[in-house]
Amino acid sequence: MALKLTDLKTEVHNDWCPGCGDFGIEASLKMALTEMPVDINKVALFSGIGCSSKLVHFTNAFGIHTLHGRVLGYAQGAKLANPDLEVIAVGGDGDGLGIGVGHFVHAGRRNIDMAYIIHDNGVYGLTKGQAAPTLHLGMQTKSLPEPNINSSINPIMLALASGFTFIARSYAYNTRHLKEMIKKAVAHKGFALIDALQPCPTYNDINTKEWYGGEDRIDPATKRPMPRTYDLESTGYNGRITADMSEDDVDKNLLQVIEKSREWGDKIPIGVFYQNETVPIYEERISERNPSYLKEPPAKQQLAKNDGKSVVNLANLSKGLLFESLVPAQ
Amino acid sequence: MTGGPQGSGVDSSANIFAGACVLGGLWTFGLREYYSSIKGPHSYFEVRVNSDRIRSHVNNVDVLATFDVETLIRHAEEVSPGGGILYDPTFSNIEIDKVDTIETPVVLRIKARLAKQGLPGTVTGILDESRKRGVKLFPINYNDIIAKTAAQIGEHQLSKLSRIVNVLSVSASFAILGFNETYLNQSIERAFASKKKVVDMNEIGAKLAYDAAKTQLKQPFPFQLHPIQNQPRLLLMGVEAIALGKLVGGCRVQTYYPITPAADESEFLESHGNFDISGGNNPGQKGSILVTQTEDEIAAITMATGAALTGARAATSTSGPGFSLMVEGLGWAGMNEVPLVITHYQRGGPATGQPTRHEQGDLKFVLSAAHGEFPRIVLCSGDMEESFYDAIRIFNYAERFQMPSIHLIDKGLANNSMTISPPKADLVPIQRGKLIQGDHQGNGDGEPYRRFAFTQDGVSPRAVLGMPGYRFWNTGDEHDEMGHIEEDPDNRVKMMTKRMTKLETAAKEIPEQEKVNFFPSSKKQADITIVSWGSPKGPILDAMKLLERDGIGVEFLQIRLVSPFPSDAVKQKLATAKLIVDIEQNYSGQMAAVIAEKTMIEIKNKIVKFNGRPMSQDEIYQSVKQVISNPGQNRRVVLTHGA
Repeated sequence: MALKLTDLKTEVHNDWCPGCGDFGIEASLKMALTEMPVDINKVALFSGIGCSSKLVHFTNAFGIHTLHGRVLGYAQGAKLANPDLEVIAVGGDGDGLGIGVGHFVHAGRRNIDMAYIIHDNGVYGLTKGQAAPTLHLGMQTKSLPEPNINSSINPIMLALASGFTFIARSYAYNTRHLKEMIKKAVAHKGFALIDALQPCPTYNDINTKEWYGGEDRIDPATKRPMPRTYDLESTGYNGRITADMSEDDVDKNLLQVIEKSREWGDKIPIGVFYQNETVPIYEERISERNPSYLKEPPAKQQLAKNDGKSVVNLANLSKGLLFESLVPAQ
Repeated sequence: MTGGPQGSGVDSSANIFAGACVLGGLWTFGLREYYSSIKGPHSYFEVRVNSDRIRSHVNNVDVLATFDVETLIRHAEEVSPGGGILYDPTFSNIEIDKVDTIETPVVLRIKARLAKQGLPGTVTGILDESRKRGVKLFPINYNDIIAKTAAQIGEHQLSKLSRIVNVLSVSASFAILGFNETYLNQSIERAFASKKKVVDMNEIGAKLAYDAAKTQLKQPFPFQLHPIQNQPRLLLMGVEAIALGKLVGGCRVQTYYPITPAADESEFLESHGNFDISGGNNPGQKGSILVTQTEDEIAAITMATGAALTGARAATSTSGPGFSLMVEGLGWAGMNEVPLVITHYQRGGPATGQPTRHEQGDLKFVLSAAHGEFPRIVLCSGDMEESFYDAIRIFNYAERFQMPSIHLIDKGLANNSMTISPPKADLVPIQRGKLIQGDHQGNGDGEPYRRFAFTQDGVSPRAVLGMPGYRFWNTGDEHDEMGHIEEDPDNRVKMMTKRMTKLETAAKEIPEQEKVNFFPSSKKQADITIVSWGSPKGPILDAMKLLERDGIGVEFLQIRLVSPFPSDAVKQKLATAKLIVDIEQNYSGQMAAVIAEKTMIEIKNKIVKFNGRPMSQDEIYQSVKQVISNPGQNRRVVLTHGA
């Protein structure tokens, strides 16, 4: 039976502010789940802490709402123990690029087959609008007493440097685009990041829905706003790395990721910046050490016989520590 | 005792020595002391050998087998009269203050000691002092033996053989101890199994060293080792006992961030990552454990928790500084009733403290770590066997009572080695509590599954991620039975009560023999009751024998389960005690404080040690006598033995 959007609803009251970009991300994720060939019983959503991370309670799938900045630890641990799960992690930019940025970098090194969506609004909403890591230097959103004193993190470039094998950006109110990005991220074999730009209608009065939509920039010809985001693919951009590419071509591709990741302001690219499935996923690397890993991952091993006795052959296991006495019998 | 610069093979020589003894049917206890460094600073290893089971080290050294000058200078004074020192005679003229790896206070202390006796501050002074004390000296010309070995195997580069010096000192020791060379050769072959050439050079050198020492024996050395017939036994360290227990107990995910002294356990697990099983899902298939090194301890605890949510038995292993970082994750696991196991190896604190030294300073910390109130299991093991079985039990507790469970170990137990009879794999059956097995659809009552359903005993049926029909949510926020955020005050009271009730359930269901060990005196009324926990168990049991031999009635209450605290058992054992002394390896007597809190019994006599070195049998023997000699006084004896 096909999964319907209504199947994904829970009875939990949604307390996001009206107009919050989180709604767009939630809708896109749910649409993507209904359109993908996934068993909803195998889907496990993990989230950090912040407005965005309440998403799991609004979604009728296994939902693990974790600690601030630690969503990737929990999510990766579950995926490794049971690789049959479809693990999707979500969290804010403060969560993933501030307090949790160490885990972000190391997740790239592992390349576990899962997806991670960052709700990127530049502010810490739930604590009333402090500057988050993606807020640009010098910007003063309405709850900041002084302009932002730190430079911003570029999530695309950081993901590339960390070894992520799928890096995309989308925009919360372009739900059709974001939905497609989520489907691609989940289908990607490896660790996939979506930097989902979203307005915070309450605390970020600069990068608003109107700003992203370009309502301050009316095209003189059409008399219509000129949106600030544009689709990378519409420009012929292709961020895919393939096994047959020369090193030069790979380098060129990496450079164009960096170049595109630096565009901001009046032209903000969305779409897949980079995809590389030539890097072995962590699960495959484990299988080389533990050949039975994928067949019988940790979550599925039988630990004991019916009488509770351990299945482990302790004598064989401890052979290296066993000393037979060499003293001849009297 | 042997010693040398870190990285020079001190451990392997001690292990080869102990291995030979075990092959000869004897029992051993090994004490390993090392600096927080890779190469250079002094480390040493003591191996105690006996014809019966032993569990501790002693203060005096009978044979000091040195191959470097520093070990000789540092440890000569520990050799008992009648004992022997093996040393390199080319060191004789070295001045003590020229050995720059010895700390200045130590140099000054030794020089002052020699000066008092009118002896020069040189190695000769040290040797003269030892000789005067009745210690026998055995000069072994290692360079000469190495040259001869090289000639025999046709190797021209002497430097390639320099590493055999440690085995030479072991072999020479066996010569004076009158122990047959066969056992040593077998032990060498085991240690270097895969390297034929290394085996050969060591065995040839060992033979030469053995003969060189033997020719110096004018009369038999007073300490002799006689092989005995015995059953096959294990020679292992605490970290290995725990790793074995974990695998038998079903641990299939272990995460860790490198830290001393915990990392050895994870490395053992990783190197035994595929193991033979019988009765698994697929005949002929091996079992495996996933060992993941994480970016930090926060990732270690959160990954292990995520793994536990899938139904895998998952653990993380760490030491004080790492546990400090894990604390927020501990609280989350408590809030979400996750059966997570943490093996915590205490070392000297606070901060970086004494990274490679022993202490039991984290008891009160693990009992209250993380903000808020939530139930946890804290189980402390006292020796190798107990660690093995407790490593299985802790997973049972974690799953039966659905709470984070801490297996509290200390550095002494982690790194010391001991000969034990092989433990039994099936003594502790695997119990998974209210884990829902199989893919049934829902509860069967038409109601949605509720992960945190209120129950009589506080424990709810537990589904795992990916189980059809059992969807659930977790959150670090207070939540309702489904696992959704809920701030309603009535729900809060019920949910807090539910979680905390599990601790009472655990207290009821865990049998007393898993909570405390009680070792009675041979006398009807003991003269003194020792209370302790963790690795002091070994020296206490060994000292008890000596004290009882002296006519002192000693009983010993070893506390193993600290949360939930076995108040009734402790009260009952201590109610009739004539004189109680608390023995532990920290400054303040943390267990005594916990006992006071939980039972209102104030233990006034304390024997504590916090210099970073484990307690010896002799220290406990002497200090208990000190306490008992003045039972009216409330004494705090501070032990200080150890280099």
